[in-house]
Amino acid sequence: MNLRAEGVSFRYPSGVLALDGVSLDIPSGQLLAILGENGAGKTTLVKLFNGLLRPAQGSVHIGDWDTAQHSPAALASRVGFLFQNPDDQLFERTLAREVAYGPRNLGASEAEVAHRVSRALKLVGLQDMADAHPYDLPAPQRKLLALAATIAMDTPILVLDEPTIGQDELGCRAISRILTDLHAMGRTLMMISHDMDFCAEHAERLVVMLNGKIHLDGSPAEVLSQTKKLDEAEVAPPQLVRLAQALKMRATPLTVDEFVDEYKQWRKKKNK
Amino acid sequence: MIELKKFSYWYPGTEEPALQRISLDISEGEFVGIVGANGAGKSTLCYALSGFVPHFYNGESEGQLTFNGQDMAALDLGQLAGQVGLVFQNPFNQISGARFTVREEIAFGLENLGLPRSEMHARIDEALDLVNIQDLADRSPFSVSGGQQQRIAIASILAMQPRVLVLDEPTSQLDPDGTRDVFTALSKLVSTRKITVILAEHKLEWLATFCDRVIALGGGKLRAEGTPQEVLSSEQMLRLGIGRTQYSEAAARLLRTKKLPVTLEQAKKALK
Repeated sequence: MNLRAEGVSFRYPSGVLALDGVSLDIPSGQLLAILGENGAGKTTLVKLFNGLLRPAQGSVHIGDWDTAQHSPAALASRVGFLFQNPDDQLFERTLAREVAYGPRNLGASEAEVAHRVSRALKLVGLQDMADAHPYDLPAPQRKLLALAATIAMDTPILVLDEPTIGQDELGCRAISRILTDLHAMGRTLMMISHDMDFCAEHAERLVVMLNGKIHLDGSPAEVLSQTKKLDEAEVAPPQLVRLAQALKMRATPLTVDEFVDEYKQWRKKKNK
Repeated sequence: MIELKKFSYWYPGTEEPALQRISLDISEGEFVGIVGANGAGKSTLCYALSGFVPHFYNGESEGQLTFNGQDMAALDLGQLAGQVGLVFQNPFNQISGARFTVREEIAFGLENLGLPRSEMHARIDEALDLVNIQDLADRSPFSVSGGQQQRIAIASILAMQPRVLVLDEPTSQLDPDGTRDVFTALSKLVSTRKITVILAEHKLEWLATFCDRVIALGGGKLRAEGTPQEVLSSEQMLRLGIGRTQYSEAAARLLRTKKLPVTLEQAKKALK
């Protein structure tokens, strides 16, 4: 399912203009990352997509629905949301009940709920803890639980706010695997993240925000090669891109494999 | 300054030790990083180095844990609090909830030290300055973002001017700019005031750039210690679920050396 924001502006009651005429078209099945420093407008933008906030100007469409005409509860059937802090969305007594809460509220049958719970817990690797209390899990695993609860809603669109925060290497790999699976299933995925190495490797498209506006938009290779504009938005390129720049390689490698290939070619040319 | 000799620790009611026969000597003025997968014992080691184990968390211990040559368990907690500060992983565990503004929150700990008013104000201003949150001074600690709360938690400990500062993943919710502010502030305190900083962190590139020494934990045991390059470039990091910087990963594919680069500068030098 696609998403479309047209000329959207939003001002908080405090007077801060968080979004200033943003237009963004996200085709069905795209894996997109939104980048930018704290306060650039990233979270405000995604909260418009699930109806938690309403645009002061402009319109937001989720598929054929105008968000102005649907309640957040109705929009929850189309857009799943993983909050930055998992504790903002966990309140049940066991992991299984936590994951069951969403699909049950969307009207799924008990058999369907049970199926989705076991599938989602398995996907995040928490299947053996189904009867544990969510707060008996350490924080990084609570985030995975919140992700399972979001996945179990079976929404065509998922918004993930800082999915890799506080995760160690294994946790990051688990999230990477989950994103790849969901992407293959044709879900539209949008993540907000400061983890540039992770975004460069996984996203198909990067959107960089600055002062409530879209500052850069394109494929990772296009966006990450714009050193000066990234600098303006206080976004540091990922490690491999910085290394390629430091070596003056004229390349924007996104993965270790790409770096190795580019480097070998560059060395060959240099030695000629 | 802080010494552990074959120190083991069990949380109340557990059979597996959280820390197992750890021997470690931390000197005054050192900047030490602790790495490990989630559950490896990083937080528990932070609690031990700051006296929260055994003073706050009960449980059983074996071996020795001394602060300036004195048994940590025998030290007066009030005295210890004046010398050692701990910044918790979750700022929510730190912020008192009893104060209305950030300035008052930072004053909370200072009020117990019996300082003159002018000295208190000077310390608060300096702490706000160090983590770059002067503009939040009159806001409520609960009306700000997770990243800003993390900075407030750090500022409230910095204002106590401890000789030893222990921080448990203090930048987990910060963007790259915020992370840089925190590392720069800590590094400045180490070089100008000779305080000792011990920091548990997943952000390997930052640790590699700023620390004098890195300690790697796995399953509650000390698995490696040495310079950041020695520890963080080794293949053991992959087995321990800690991972390596992408500089190390790329160089491992291109160079035949045991001393892989872990920072941008090192990688540039090795590959140019």
